[in-house]
Amino acid sequence: MTKYKQIRIALNNCGVIDPENIEDYIARDGYMALGKCITEMTPQDVIKEIKDSGLRGRGGGGFPAGLKWEIASKNHADQKYVVCNADEGDPGAFMDRSVLEGDPHAVLEAMAICGYSIGATKGLIYIRAEYPLAIKRLKIAIDQAREVGLLGKNIFGSKFDFDIELRYGAGAFVCGEETSLIHSMEGLRGEPTIKPPFPAEKGYLGKPTNVNNVETYASVPIIIRKGASWFNKIGTEKSKGTKVFALAGKVNNVGLVEVPMGTTLREVIFEIGGGIQNGKKFKAVQTGGPSGGCLTEKHLDTPIDFDNLVAAGSMMGSGGMIVMDEDNCMVSVAKFYLDFTVEESCGKCSPCRIGNKRLFELLERITKGQGTMDDLQRLRNMSNVIKDTSLCGLGQTSPNPVLSTLDNFYDEYLAHVKDHKCPAGECKDLMKYFIIAENCVGCTACARVCPVGAITGEKKEAHLINSETCIKCGACMERCKFDAIIIK
Amino acid sequence: MEKVKLTIDNKLIEVEKGTTIYKAAKQLGIDIPVLCYMNLEDLGIENKPGGCRICVVEVEGRRNLAPSCSTDCAEGMVVNTHSIRVINARRTVMEFILSDHPKDCLTCAKSGNCELQDMAVKLGIREIPGQEYAAMSTYKMDFSPSLIRELDKCIMCRRCEMMCNDFQTVGALSAFKRGFEAAVGPAFEMDIEDSTCTYCGQCVAVCPTGALTEKDHTREVINALSDPTKTVIVQTAPAVRAALGEEFGLKPGTLVTGKMVAALRRLGFNYVFDTDFAADLTIMEEGTELLGRLTKHLNGDKEVKLPILTSCCPAWVNFFEHNFPDMKEIPSTARSPQQMFGAIAKTYFADKIKVKREDLVVISIMPCLAKKYEAQRDEFKVDGNPDVDFSLSTRELAHLIKQANLDFKSLPDEDFDKPLGESTGAAVIFGVTGGVIEAAVRTAYELQTGKKLERVEFEQLRGMESIRKATIDFNGTPINIGIAHGLGNARKLLEDIKAGKSEFHAIEIMACPGGCIGGGGQPLHHSDSSILKARTKAIFAEDEAKVLRKSHENPYIIKLYEEFLGKPMSEKAHHLLHTHYFDKSGKIEIS
Amino acid sequence: MTKIKTLADLVKLRDELQSKQALADSADNAESIIQIKVGMGTSGIASGAKAVIDFLVEALEKRNIEANVSQTGDMGYSYAEPTIEVKKPGKDPVVFGFVNVQKADEIIEKYIKRDELVEGIIPVNYHTIDN
Ligand SMILES: Cc1cc2nc3c(=O)[nH]c(=O)nc-3n(C[C@H](O)[C@H](O)[C@H](O)COP(=O)(O)O)c2cc1C
Ligand code: SF4
Ligand code: SF4
Ligand code: SF4
Ligand code: SF4
Ligand code: FES
Repeated sequence: MTKYKQIRIALNNCGVIDPENIEDYIARDGYMALGKCITEMTPQDVIKEIKDSGLRGRGGGGFPAGLKWEIASKNHADQKYVVCNADEGDPGAFMDRSVLEGDPHAVLEAMAICGYSIGATKGLIYIRAEYPLAIKRLKIAIDQAREVGLLGKNIFGSKFDFDIELRYGAGAFVCGEETSLIHSMEGLRGEPTIKPPFPAEKGYLGKPTNVNNVETYASVPIIIRKGASWFNKIGTEKSKGTKVFALAGKVNNVGLVEVPMGTTLREVIFEIGGGIQNGKKFKAVQTGGPSGGCLTEKHLDTPIDFDNLVAAGSMMGSGGMIVMDEDNCMVSVAKFYLDFTVEESCGKCSPCRIGNKRLFELLERITKGQGTMDDLQRLRNMSNVIKDTSLCGLGQTSPNPVLSTLDNFYDEYLAHVKDHKCPAGECKDLMKYFIIAENCVGCTACARVCPVGAITGEKKEAHLINSETCIKCGACMERCKFDAIIIK
Repeated sequence: MEKVKLTIDNKLIEVEKGTTIYKAAKQLGIDIPVLCYMNLEDLGIENKPGGCRICVVEVEGRRNLAPSCSTDCAEGMVVNTHSIRVINARRTVMEFILSDHPKDCLTCAKSGNCELQDMAVKLGIREIPGQEYAAMSTYKMDFSPSLIRELDKCIMCRRCEMMCNDFQTVGALSAFKRGFEAAVGPAFEMDIEDSTCTYCGQCVAVCPTGALTEKDHTREVINALSDPTKTVIVQTAPAVRAALGEEFGLKPGTLVTGKMVAALRRLGFNYVFDTDFAADLTIMEEGTELLGRLTKHLNGDKEVKLPILTSCCPAWVNFFEHNFPDMKEIPSTARSPQQMFGAIAKTYFADKIKVKREDLVVISIMPCLAKKYEAQRDEFKVDGNPDVDFSLSTRELAHLIKQANLDFKSLPDEDFDKPLGESTGAAVIFGVTGGVIEAAVRTAYELQTGKKLERVEFEQLRGMESIRKATIDFNGTPINIGIAHGLGNARKLLEDIKAGKSEFHAIEIMACPGGCIGGGGQPLHHSDSSILKARTKAIFAEDEAKVLRKSHENPYIIKLYEEFLGKPMSEKAHHLLHTHYFDKSGKIEIS
Repeated sequence: MTKIKTLADLVKLRDELQSKQALADSADNAESIIQIKVGMGTSGIASGAKAVIDFLVEALEKRNIEANVSQTGDMGYSYAEPTIEVKKPGKDPVVFGFVNVQKADEIIEKYIKRDELVEGIIPVNYHTIDN
C-alpha cells in the first residue's frame, strides 16, 4: 500500500459509479454494511465497531464519531434524529458536494446504520440550496432506495424503519455549526446556542440528535464491511483513516485529494499536487478555511492529523487546503479570511460581531500602509480575546488566520507597518512606480502621458517619478517601450 | 437534589447541580458583571443568550473563557473571576461594544440609569482604541405613540426579544440581519407601529441602554403648563405612588402619595386628581356589567358571553385586538380608568368649573406606555380633542420634578383635590395583579347578595404566580375567577376559552409582570424582582390605610351618578365610559 | 426493480450485477463493450462535461462503435476537468483530462479505434480500498 500517496475511502465510489443508479452502488457492495448491521449486529456492536475504528468527525472538530453515537444512543426519547451536515460553507471547499454528487447512497446507507445504532427512525440531510446537482442526486438516490425497500419500513425484513428527508440551507456559513443548523431546520434564526446541551442530548425539536458531516458518514459503510481493525491501521495514532482535501491555490494539480492521516503537507503539495505553478517558490499553505491558519516551510514535514495541525496553529477544518506562493501577501490573506468571517458572523455575541470587524479594519489599515506598531500589538490582543470569549466555533477560530500569519510572517507585517512596503507586491496601496535609470533613454513618453504630471526629467536623460503625486494609474508603464518602469 | 463542590476565587462552595457559575459566585458575595443576562426571580423571566460575553471567567483546564451566566458549575471546578486574562478580556470586549455605540450620553434618555454606561464606569473604560477609524452600524430611528427605537444604541442583549416573544408572546421583536449589522426589531425592519406591538413597554422596561425608550411628552406638558389660557389638570395612576420614590433614592416600596401630590401642585397643575377616582367608577361600570352577564347566565341565557374579561389594561386590549379579534365581544366594554377619568373631566368637571373643553388639558401620570397609545386613539376624542391630552410615565414625572428643582424627599404630604381626587382602597389595588378583580368582587358581592362583607381582603386572589384561580362563594353561587399577568399567560387562558375549556366566570388580565406596578413606564427595576414585590406590598398598605375600601362607597362616585350619569350602564355612562374594539389582525403590512 | 426483503436478496442482486459487469469487461467475450464514464460533478459540468457526454453518445452511434457511455461523479482532478474514463474490454481503465469535443473526437479516433496513445492521460495516483 505504498505505491501511491492517496487512498480512496470516502471517495471510493466517486468517479466510478453512476450516482443516479442504485445498481452501480449495489454492485460495489452497496448496502451490504447496512444489511450486516441489521441482521448480524446489535446496535451496541455497531457503535463498538465505529468506536474501535477510531473514526473522528470530518466536519472540523474531530470528535470521535462512535462516542457521539453512543451518547445519542444512551439518551432515551420517543423520537431521535440522524442529521447529515451538508452545509459545507468554507470558501473553496467542495469535498462534501463531490461525495454527495458522486456517491449519495453511501451517505444514505451510513445514516441508516447510525439510525439503527442510536434508535432513530428519521434522518435529515441539511444541504445548502446552492448545491442543485447534489440535491437532485440525493433525491434520486432516496427514491431508489425507498423503491427497493432499503429505506422505509421493515428494512431487510427487520423491525427497523428508517427514512430520510432533505432540508435546505440558505448558505449561511454559521448554519453549518450544529446548534445553528438545528435551529435553522426548526425554522428559527440560524444562530448558535451555548453547548451543553449538545445535540445528542437535546437536538432537533428538543430530541436526541446525532449530527455528523457528509464525509464522516461516507466512511462508515466501509468500516462496517471491512472492519474496525482494517480502518484503524490507516492513519496516525489519534487520527485514523483518511481525509479528503480540496487542494487549491498555486499548485499545479488542484482538485480532490484523499490521503491517509499522517501524510505530510509536503507529500500532498509537491507529490500529489505536483508542486507550485510556474516554478515559483512555496510560501505558505492555509488549511482549515476561515478557522484555520497559514503554515510555512517549517511545517511541510508535519504529518497531517487533527492534533498536529492544531499544535501548529491551524486546523483540519473541513478540508480546505490553499497553497500560496511568493506572490501572496500574508496580511492580505488574513484580511481575506476576516472579510469572510465578518460577512458570515451571525451577530449574536459581541466579540465576534464587533471584534472581527475591528480586526478586519486594522488589517485593512495595515495593507494601506497606515498601520502602527501599536496596531500590531492590538491585533494580537484582539485576536486572543475574540478566540477566548466568542460563543461558537466561528468566533473561537476566526482570528486563527491573523494569529498564524503574525506568528509565521511577522516580518511581512513589519514591512507593511514600518517600511510601508508589501514584499509580495500584492497591496496596491503600497506599490510605487519607479524608473530604472539605466534603462531609461529619456524619450519623455511617460512624462507626456502622466495625467498628474508626476514625471519629470530632461530629454535624453533618465526621468524620475514623484511618488507623492503619482496616483498609480500605470499609464507610464504601459507607454514605456524600454521596460524602464517597474512597480516595487 | 444533587450537589456539586467547586472553588471560586479560592473559596470553596457547594451548590445544587444546575446552578450557574454566576449564581454560585453571587452566593459567595462575588458580583460578576453581567450585561445581557437578566433574571426576574420568582417571575420565571430569564434572559440567558450568552451573547455579550462580559461575564466571562477562567475555568481551570478549559481552553477558552466561560460565560458565567450560562455555564453550569461542575464538580471540582476551579474558577477564577478576576485573573488578568479575565480582566483583559472583559475590558477588550467592552471596548468592542462601545466602539459600535454612539457616545450620546449627554442627551440620552437612559443616561444616569443606563446599564451600559454603568458597565463602562465599572470596567474603567477611558478610551476606545481605534475609534477614529471604526465603522458604526446604523439604523433608522423608529417613532411610535408609545416608544422610540434607536437601534444605533442596541447592544444585542436580546432582552426585549425575550420579553416580547417568550413572556408576552407578542412576537413583535426578533433579531434581524447578521453579523455587524444585526439588531433587534420587528420582522423585515418594519416600523413598530406596523407590527403587532401592544405597547406594553416591557421591552423598554428591560432594555439596558437607550435603544428602547418611551416617547417623551414632558415638553408638551411644560408647554401646556406655561399657557395661561389653559386649565391643566392631572390624574395619577395607583401604581405610580408606590414607585416614584425610587427615582429620588427612597427605598422601593415607599409610598409617596402625599409628596407626589405636593410636587404636582408645585409644578403648576391647577387641579391634582387621582386616577383612583376613575378606578372606582370602572368598578361601578364593569362590576355592573359582570353582574348583568352573570345573572343572565344563571337564569339560563345561552347567548351571554362568559367569562367576562377585564378591559382596563390597554396593552391587553391591543393584544386581543391583534390576536383574538374573533373574541372581541368577550371583554368588558368598560374603558380604562385613564379614559374614564378623561371623559368625566372634560364633561362633568369642565362644566363644573366652567372651562371650555378645548381649554382644559388633561394630563395623566401612568406606570404604563400603552396609555400613551390609548390616549390618542380616535374613539377617545371629541372633534379631534382627546379626553386625555398627554400621558406621562412615572419616569417622565420624576424627570419633571427634578427639572423643577424640587427637593422631593422634603416635600410635605398633601391631599388630592376634590371631587376627582377622592377614592377608595378598592381603586388603589388596581395597581397590582389581581387587584381589579378583587375590587370588583368587593362591590359585586355586596350588590348581588345585599350583604356586607365582613372581610374585604380576598387573599386567594393575591400573589405573584403567573396564572391564579379562585372560587368565591356568592351566597351559595360559586363564582370562578381567573387571573393572569403577562400576555403569554393571558394567551393560555384565551386559548382555553376558544377551545370551550374555560371554567371561569370572570378573568382579570394585566400585561405587565406583577400588574401595573411592573409597568413599562415605571422606574427601571434592573432585573431586581424584589423591587416589584416591595411595590406590591406598598399598594396593599395604602388600601388598608383607607377608610373606604369599596368603590360603591365613594361619596363622590355616588354624587357623580346622582348629578350626572344616572346609574351604571345608563345611556350616558355608555356613551362616556364604554368603548368598542377593533379587529387589528390584518394590520400587519410590510411597507 | 424488485424489493430487497432480506440480506440474501441483496447478496443475490449484487452477485448478478457483478457477474454481468465482469462479463462486459472480459476481452474474450463477444458481448463485451467499451465503457466510457464522464465525470459529471459540478466542476466537470461547469467545465463543459455536458457537451462532451452529448458528443460522445452521438459520435459513437454515428460511427457505429458499440460503447456504454455513463455519467459518474467527480474524479478529483479539478485542474484537468472535464475528465473521462475509457475502459476497453480486458484493459485497465484510462483517464483523460482536459477533454473538450475535439479531444473527445481524437480519443475516439485514436485510442478507441486504433489503440494509439493520446495526450492528456492522467496517471492513476491512488489506491482504492480493494488494492
Ligand atoms: C462556524 C462553523 C461552521 C461549520 N460548518 C460546518 C459545515 O459546513 N459542515 C460540517 O459538517 N460541519 C460544520 N461545522 C461543524 C459542526 O458544528 C459539527 O461539529 C459537525 O457537523 C459534526 O460532524 P462531525 O463530527 O462528523 O464532524 C461547523 C462548525 C462551525 C463552528
Ligand atoms: S462566534 Fe460569531 S457566529 Fe458564533 S455565535 Fe458569536 S457572533 Fe455568532
Ligand atoms: S445608551 Fe447608555 S451608554 Fe449609550 S448613549 Fe445612552 S446613556 Fe450613554
Ligand atoms: S411594547 Fe410590548 S409588545 Fe411592543 S415590542 Fe415591546 S414588549 Fe413587544
Ligand atoms: S433593543 Fe435594548 S433590549 Fe433589545 S436587544 Fe437591543 S439593547 Fe437589548
Ligand atoms: S451576561 Fe453572560 S454572556 Fe452576557
